[in-house]
Amino acid sequence: MDSTELSTSESVSKKKKTKQPKRKIKSDNEPSEEMDRTESEVNENNSSSGASFPPTFSVSEIKNKQRRHVMFLKLKQEKRKQKLELKKKRKKERAALGDKAPPKEVPKTIENQRIYDETTVNPEDEEVAFDEGTDEFSAYFNRLTNPKVLITTSDRPRGRTVRFCEQLATVVPHAHVYYRRGLALKRVIPQCVSRGFTYLLVVNEDRKVPNGLVVCHLPDGPTAHFKLSSVRLRKEMKRKGKAPTEHTPEVILNNFTTRLGHSIGRLFAALFPHDPQFVGRQVATFHNQRDFIFFRFHRYIFKNEKRVGIQELGPRFTLKLRSLQKGTFDSKFGEYEWVHKRHEMDSSRRKFHL
Amino acid sequence: MAAKSQLCSIWLGSETGILKGVSLSKKQAFNFCEMSHLSRDQEVCVMAWGDTYESEVLVGCVNGTVRTFSTDKGIFTGSRECGDPSQGRFTGLAVTDSSWITCVESGLVKVWKEGSTESDTVEINAGSGICRMRQNPSQKHHVATGGKENPLKVWDLEKPDKAIFTAKNVAHDWLDLRVPVWVRDIGFIPDSDKIVTCTGHQQVHVYDPSTPQRRPVMEAKFGEYPLTALSLPASQGTVVVGNTHGELAILDLRKGLVRGCLKGLAGSVRGLQCHPSLPLVASCGLDRFLRVHSLEDRSLQHKVYLKSRLNCVLLSSRELESSTDVTGDVEEVKAEDEKDEDEIWDTMETVTEKSKKRIAQEEEEVVTGGKEKKKRKVAKK
Repeated sequence: MDSTELSTSESVSKKKKTKQPKRKIKSDNEPSEEMDRTESEVNENNSSSGASFPPTFSVSEIKNKQRRHVMFLKLKQEKRKQKLELKKKRKKERAALGDKAPPKEVPKTIENQRIYDETTVNPEDEEVAFDEGTDEFSAYFNRLTNPKVLITTSDRPRGRTVRFCEQLATVVPHAHVYYRRGLALKRVIPQCVSRGFTYLLVVNEDRKVPNGLVVCHLPDGPTAHFKLSSVRLRKEMKRKGKAPTEHTPEVILNNFTTRLGHSIGRLFAALFPHDPQFVGRQVATFHNQRDFIFFRFHRYIFKNEKRVGIQELGPRFTLKLRSLQKGTFDSKFGEYEWVHKRHEMDSSRRKFHL
Repeated sequence: MAAKSQLCSIWLGSETGILKGVSLSKKQAFNFCEMSHLSRDQEVCVMAWGDTYESEVLVGCVNGTVRTFSTDKGIFTGSRECGDPSQGRFTGLAVTDSSWITCVESGLVKVWKEGSTESDTVEINAGSGICRMRQNPSQKHHVATGGKENPLKVWDLEKPDKAIFTAKNVAHDWLDLRVPVWVRDIGFIPDSDKIVTCTGHQQVHVYDPSTPQRRPVMEAKFGEYPLTALSLPASQGTVVVGNTHGELAILDLRKGLVRGCLKGLAGSVRGLQCHPSLPLVASCGLDRFLRVHSLEDRSLQHKVYLKSRLNCVLLSSRELESSTDVTGDVEEVKAEDEKDEDEIWDTMETVTEKSKKRIAQEEEEVVTGGKEKKKRKVAKK
């Protein structure tokens, strides 16, 4: 009876460091009950006294949450210590080797490991250059037309969307905001064309929040449909400056490498007039990373030749391309140049299309 | 240039006016054009084989010219004005008995003889808004046309006054509204009189001119987007269709059900052709890729990036994967193998003796093993 009680209490206290002294006393009191059991006890004591647990033990087996948390923190501290020691050792080795040290290993990131896209544009490619030189944007890029943008929303927009449209109109020069009034886009487009507009931007709203953007290049150009997210209006920006002025901003397009990326990049570039007014010191950036396009609007100032200060003004938003359709807006009967098909295209984490 | 063009088994026409040849065995694509004279005027609308030996490709361009390209020589050998661009783009090009049949969007189907005489040209007015004109491969003087609000009509070139078959629209739908007509592509089913069409309203219709019924014999629906291209594979009873969203599907013609979809396309399907003998289908479209799928397991066999948007595709009847050079190598390799094998067989005699010995040993082992087993059994008992 006594031996059984002992064994159960020991098995319970085995995992608790705090009960170690009590256990030792007990084992001393009853040294020779059963040969096997004492041997196992001794073994357990020896193993537990060295502050190292049997290999099958894991922190998650402790049922008591507080004790488990304490053990986990200790485990983490130990690991961190080991990591720091390893780092120090490596640094010493590097210093000792000096010039003969092997080059620093670059950590793998998803952008590093991106699967090479065969449609990546080679700058010297004649065929692609001809294709781009004669596509729908050629009128803009040959300086034959100036951009004129019409911004509208889906029907009956609410608060945020209305303010977003107003702010977009300040950021994009020659932009006019019109209330939608439930008009069909296919009827709006010929009227826009006749009045000389080159772009139609439609901000789609869902539950009082803008969530989509349709960019339609007007004479007969491609229509891009984007998913709009993370919209931050001017008043939500920290340390924003004064309102954007009327000067035309510079445009930065980052990381549009593939053929599709080129088309979208040109689509954005043609929104802004050709010659930026450097007096205004404003810049609009479209940065593509992992198929998401981040829009930022900044004002910069050169403090001296090497240092620049930037101040973010204007709205910021994120876009993701859903489809690119050839021709003006016609979602039912239009021909699509690229459609995002989630199950086929998103199967690999390292494959991007823009 | 000549060598390259002889290798190519797939020909494609692009929007930039470049004729592209693809050799799947060499996994290369070649452009056949003059880079200095490129212009969007020469955008390829239709392509057809110039003759039954497939040594000439006829390329119809937006500006109304039909250019001849010789696959043996690798250059454009001629060009002919067949109509003017004011009448619209070419929607069909076919060849019969040394004369060409062209059709434009305004509905004018014209037969052009080899000589440049203007007389004796047969002209048919097929109505406006034609989207497609196709020739019956078994009866070369029959031609079918169809378009937007222009139902399917089959014409006989020897009797150009009236169509031999005009299709009737389907019955009114469940709201008693007239169903709009928009024939986008036509196919003639081999070994029968039937004609398959695909429409811009997601329908596939099968017509049978031999029956008195002018309405479609069978109707099938696929997807939510206009069907732009259609092709009939070598095996009977199915049809491959593609739509503006890049969805390719194999439909069964007996019941009108979807057998399966071919995955991979991201843009609108502009050209689709099944190989005459192999179960392969080549597709090209606005996403600037040529894809070859296998019809049996619906897997993608080849994918080639061609830098311009593609309008039409033409397959040659020969084996797509082989070319003259490759077959030569294969034969040589086979001969070498045979020689090696003979040598091996000569040396094999010694090996066979050993194997006999081995077999004998194995037999002995088996016998001894058996005895041991018997011993063990005894021990246990």
